[in-house]
Amino acid sequence: MSKIKIEAENLKLFYGDFQALKNINLTMKEKEVTALIGLSGCGKSTFLRCLNRMNDIIPNCHVEGKLTFEGEDIYHPDCDVVALRKKVGMVFQAPNPFPKTVYENVAYAPKLHGTKDRASLDEIVETSLKQAALWDEVKDRLHKPALGLSGGQQQRLCIARALAIKPEVLLMDEPTSALDPISTLKIEELIRELKQHYTIIIVTHNMQQAARVSDRTAFFLVGDLVEVDDTEVIFTNPKDQRTEDYITGRFG
Amino acid sequence: MSPKVTEKIAFATLRAIAFFIVLCLAVVLWDIFSKGLPALTWEFITENPRRGMTEGGIFPAIVGTFYLVLGTIIFALPIGVMTAIYLVEYAKESWATRMIRLAVVNLAGVPSVVFGLFGLGFFVLFLGFGVSILAGSLTLALMILPVIITTSEEALRTVPRGYREASLALGATKLQTILFIVLPNAMPGILTGSILGVARAAGETAPILLTVAAFFLPRLPNSIFDQVMALPYHLYVIATQVPHADQSIPYGTAAVLMILVLGLNLIAILLRTYFRRMRKV
Repeated sequence: MSKIKIEAENLKLFYGDFQALKNINLTMKEKEVTALIGLSGCGKSTFLRCLNRMNDIIPNCHVEGKLTFEGEDIYHPDCDVVALRKKVGMVFQAPNPFPKTVYENVAYAPKLHGTKDRASLDEIVETSLKQAALWDEVKDRLHKPALGLSGGQQQRLCIARALAIKPEVLLMDEPTSALDPISTLKIEELIRELKQHYTIIIVTHNMQQAARVSDRTAFFLVGDLVEVDDTEVIFTNPKDQRTEDYITGRFG
Repeated sequence: MSPKVTEKIAFATLRAIAFFIVLCLAVVLWDIFSKGLPALTWEFITENPRRGMTEGGIFPAIVGTFYLVLGTIIFALPIGVMTAIYLVEYAKESWATRMIRLAVVNLAGVPSVVFGLFGLGFFVLFLGFGVSILAGSLTLALMILPVIITTSEEALRTVPRGYREASLALGATKLQTILFIVLPNAMPGILTGSILGVARAAGETAPILLTVAAFFLPRLPNSIFDQVMALPYHLYVIATQVPHADQSIPYGTAAVLMILVLGLNLIAILLRTYFRRMRKV
């Protein structure tokens, strides 16, 4: 049994008076891929953005209950958000590389966090791009603008950028929803590679994707966590009728 | 009338009006340059005025306006950009932010001569700067602050949210995100907007009238506490106060002022194109 990386206990989240997450209890284990599925607006992205406290930037958003990263409460007033985000990286729905060069994109965070010398940065950039399966495609154009890459390449660059500070967890918010099928396939292969080293939590609307890449799947419905289990169980033998309705496409 | 005909008439009218604007500018430019260009000799732009400003050049006024533009940028740009950063990146909706915005809007509506009077009362007399480059630059800076704040705010808002989120998610602090991601991306917009604001300040007469401009001072300033001649005020002086000046002198002065302002606008346009090209592949 691998160890618990992130644990939510009775987690509730409010946008002003609106309760977006009702009472979430969910554990995510080390070096596993957890997929969060559900309809739009069900709270799965909101939940994901609690894990690196990205909801902090939304005004009037507040959280109750407990959310721990390796046993430490990440919503405790003493929690160092910068340190947390160094350990919990994030890849967004739409590829969002900075309008800088490929190299500068990957080197951005390591530089911020104190790596200054060129040789170390070169090495970080190369390793990260290799891990993101992008090195061979961009090694001759490291100093060209990142915005010149294709959408799929840009998303892998964003993954490389997140990996450059050696996080322990990677949050992915519908990382392939803006990509074509071939690029999607590449990212999925990459996720299977990356889970050897990282704990991955992925939000997806694509149920085949959840089935293909994840070890555990959690089904959200209007702010509630309906069911969580091994992915195989969720897709073959769900316990809750609502889960079954959703995965068989009978929701409407 | 059939809709087709109405459509044609409407289109033709709108186009005529749009061309009328171009015509206005063309007439102004032609009038000034046809009468002013003959006066534009090397002597005119490099020498001091002589004989009660009826002869010689306008060099001190050119230098004076240059110093005023420089001073205005030095004061207005940092204050304006910092205000915009606060408003866009930090301020939450509250009565305090609403008050700042209200102040900006109202500052933009204050007539320029009132700025002149304020500059005289506050910078010249109360703070004791005297009639000086310092007092004039500060007055002009105050006048164009709303322009700089507004354009900077807009430029900051056009930086995609995704860039900010990506930077924050990488463990950057808010300040690091602003300094390394948001500002560099907003810079083209901030710079072009600010240059347009400064170009306006360069041509203003009323604010400098009471705070810095010298009637006749055929030498260069020694310090920021010195008075200077300035192009717009010099133009006013020779057009109205010097009876026997050849008309080519005010027109020549106007042409120099126009070249300066159009030159600043051209720099703004070039900067914008340059930055736009930089972002593309």
